[in-house]
Amino acid sequence: MSGAPMEAALLLAGVLFILGLISVLIRRNIIFMLISVEIMLNAAGLAFIVAGSRWVQPDGQVMFIFILTMAAAEVSVGLALILQIYHQLKTLDSDAASFMKG
Amino acid sequence: MELTFYIAAAVAVLSTIMVITRYNIIHALLYLVVSFLAVAVVFFTLGAPFMAALEIIIYAGAIVVLIIFVIMMLNLTQEDVRREKEWLKPSVWVGPAILSAVLLAELVYIVAAGTSPQTEAVVAVDAKLVGLSLFGPYILGVQLCGIMLTAGIVGAYHLGRHKKKVIHRFLQERSAAA
Repeated sequence: MSGAPMEAALLLAGVLFILGLISVLIRRNIIFMLISVEIMLNAAGLAFIVAGSRWVQPDGQVMFIFILTMAAAEVSVGLALILQIYHQLKTLDSDAASFMKG
Repeated sequence: MELTFYIAAAVAVLSTIMVITRYNIIHALLYLVVSFLAVAVVFFTLGAPFMAALEIIIYAGAIVVLIIFVIMMLNLTQEDVRREKEWLKPSVWVGPAILSAVLLAELVYIVAAGTSPQTEAVVAVDAKLVGLSLFGPYILGVQLCGIMLTAGIVGAYHLGRHKKKVIHRFLQERSAAA
């Protein structure tokens, strides 16, 4: 088995994850932060697919289905939270929601 | 066939960089779709065609459409024809179009070559094995996913509902009288 695509694919997963992480850290728009979390989840799923492909086992793809389900649930709840924040604060700035009040 | 993988990987990284550097959310979402498509091609070359289909349907389809709906809901008041016209400039869509054209060229090449899309070393894990594993040893995980999705639906409904302003009937009568 030639190792080159496997290592390159793991590297791709790492690069995508780091890009998503950078975006979460530098962005203040809350929708962009949600998109970046999606990128990071996708990169984690890619790493699972690579591992499952390396050992020719279905477990990696099963884990990817779970990650997909989790991402769908997460984005729906996250978008509902964004709608609430926008209605309460009239802005998408994540720093505006830094206080906790009832 | 390894070249297919490397081109798709380069497209994925490029479009993801474009996602995190855009100022307009819609432009970022265009590049995000391209990024998901490129990752789907990577799945294809890694021998997971069923996961590639799921990636396109759920990530590039459902999740992105959900985000677009919310964006439309957020600035529904201030949209006008002039800005719609401004949004359709070629500079907006030419970047994602070029990157998608690269992916399309790869697809055409794979279909024309008539070979299996995986690199030679990779053995495909087909959907049947995944299904047997999913509903065999991982059945508990499937049930947990069902519970989590139910919780997600209830949570999204509860959070997304507009709270009705509750006014005591005394105040209601007074405001009606006044």
